[in-house]
Amino acid sequence: MNPSFSLNPVTDLHELVQYPFMVNALEAGTLVAVVAALVGWFVVLRRESFVGHTLSVMSFPGASGAALAGLPLASGYFVFCVGGALAIAFGSRVAGRRSLAQESAVVGTVGAVALALGYLFLSLYGGVLESVETLLFGSFVGVTRGAVELLAVVAALVGLVLAIAGRPLFYASVDERAAQADGVPVRALSVVFLVLVGLAVAATAQIVGVLLVFALLVAPAATAQQLTARIGWSLALAVALAVLTTWAALTLSYFTNDALGFFVTTIALVLYAAARGARGLRR
Amino acid sequence: MTSVAQLRGAAVAHGDATVWSGADLDLEAGEFVGILGPNGAGKSTFLEVLLGLVALRAGTATVLGAAPGAHRDRIGYLPQRRSFDESVRVRGRDLVALGLDGTRWGTPLPGGFGRRRAAARARIDAVIAEVGAGAFADRPIGECSGGEQQRLLIAQALVRSPAMLLLDEPLESLDLPNQAAVSALVQRLCREDGITVALVAHDPNPLLGYLDRVIYFAGGRAVAGVPDEVITTETLSALYGAGVEVLRRSDGRLVVVGQPDMPAHHGHAH
Repeated sequence: MNPSFSLNPVTDLHELVQYPFMVNALEAGTLVAVVAALVGWFVVLRRESFVGHTLSVMSFPGASGAALAGLPLASGYFVFCVGGALAIAFGSRVAGRRSLAQESAVVGTVGAVALALGYLFLSLYGGVLESVETLLFGSFVGVTRGAVELLAVVAALVGLVLAIAGRPLFYASVDERAAQADGVPVRALSVVFLVLVGLAVAATAQIVGVLLVFALLVAPAATAQQLTARIGWSLALAVALAVLTTWAALTLSYFTNDALGFFVTTIALVLYAAARGARGLRR
Repeated sequence: MTSVAQLRGAAVAHGDATVWSGADLDLEAGEFVGILGPNGAGKSTFLEVLLGLVALRAGTATVLGAAPGAHRDRIGYLPQRRSFDESVRVRGRDLVALGLDGTRWGTPLPGGFGRRRAAARARIDAVIAEVGAGAFADRPIGECSGGEQQRLLIAQALVRSPAMLLLDEPLESLDLPNQAAVSALVQRLCREDGITVALVAHDPNPLLGYLDRVIYFAGGRAVAGVPDEVITTETLSALYGAGVEVLRRSDGRLVVVGQPDMPAHHGHAH
């Protein structure tokens, strides 16, 4: 293939979708963007960005461990990210209570162990694991039909849980003490939510890379919350920004052959900076 | 007067340490009661007993004619020390709404229709107007001042039209004019809506003019009565086991001086 960017968007779009791998990438990217934005909106509200980042690092030992065991890479992502979520959920409880000081120590430890394990698996594996760079910074070339279908199932699952638990989760996220006194199962919800973050991160890491998940998980949600304080608008805007960021990044990555993660991060960061700036000016 | 909550021979403990015991206390319908005493005396624990969140070690408790916790939906509760910093980008109105339906499963779609949604919206508007929060309820709560946030949180506790309102330190970290304004607001809710209010405060002075009765927790005991009976140099000194002086100002209002661990603006050296 010899990608050539013209100034005619119709021609460009036509060129993009003529390859099945590009259609797969667009579908996978869209699913991942929606899931990351929805889960990320709650991550920002709960101030659990550090947890989100650490869980995305879990994808690294996940992928290298799966390669070592001869399993599909995707299974490694999901097992390690969800396992990491459960480790953080149960490790950060002191005498049955959630403790923030304990939590950040546990999260940091889990992150360090993840990197060490990832490197260990990689050196034990010895072979060429696609390329480490692809793993860390993302690629859309290898997205198969099966991967798209798996992402669709994960997106449906995350969407279903959020549809059922959305309101009490919002209550517990923004006003934990009142929610707890009101009978909301705050602790159970925090475990369920960490598992959702694990799923979202495992899905996202397969497309944008282990190190740059953060950009799609946190930045669109933070940007949307800067622009509006209305819950419905804010959620919808976060999803729209994440989807547009992904589409733009896929297009740029296709025509320039540079890493997808770079464009996702740059666009997301520019949007966030613009939103902060706009809010500053409005004051 | 009818009693809405009674404790008889009640005792609570944290682990092996008894917090207070032998408490015979009543809350009457429609009265404004101040829950006073030093830090760690068990004031918040008293509210948690009424809510059914803390079990008694001894004695009995009845709340709204049943065991504590049975009528949780008829009690509005404002937990201690909540404030929202500038990064919380959620409207005050949405926090008030959580008091109404925050525990229900599901996710409401924005701009919903239906009679139930319309009724909920009308109730939220009414309660926001009642606490005087109309001007700032649509702003992100993190951008509201401490006094404005406290009004919105009282609206959240009030939105289910409770028979009883339990407020834990709502005056903490407010400046003096806001302490007076929030005290007056709570007294008005009590008088106009007939709600029984129990308000926990560390410093009795900004409140004394508004209260019907006080319950003092200190030294493992509880003493209840009208302010003129309980807030005396003899009673408080005996409760604290230290010299506490009660002065009567020229306008007849009481002022407590020298209470151990009282805020610094009373000239008590730490």
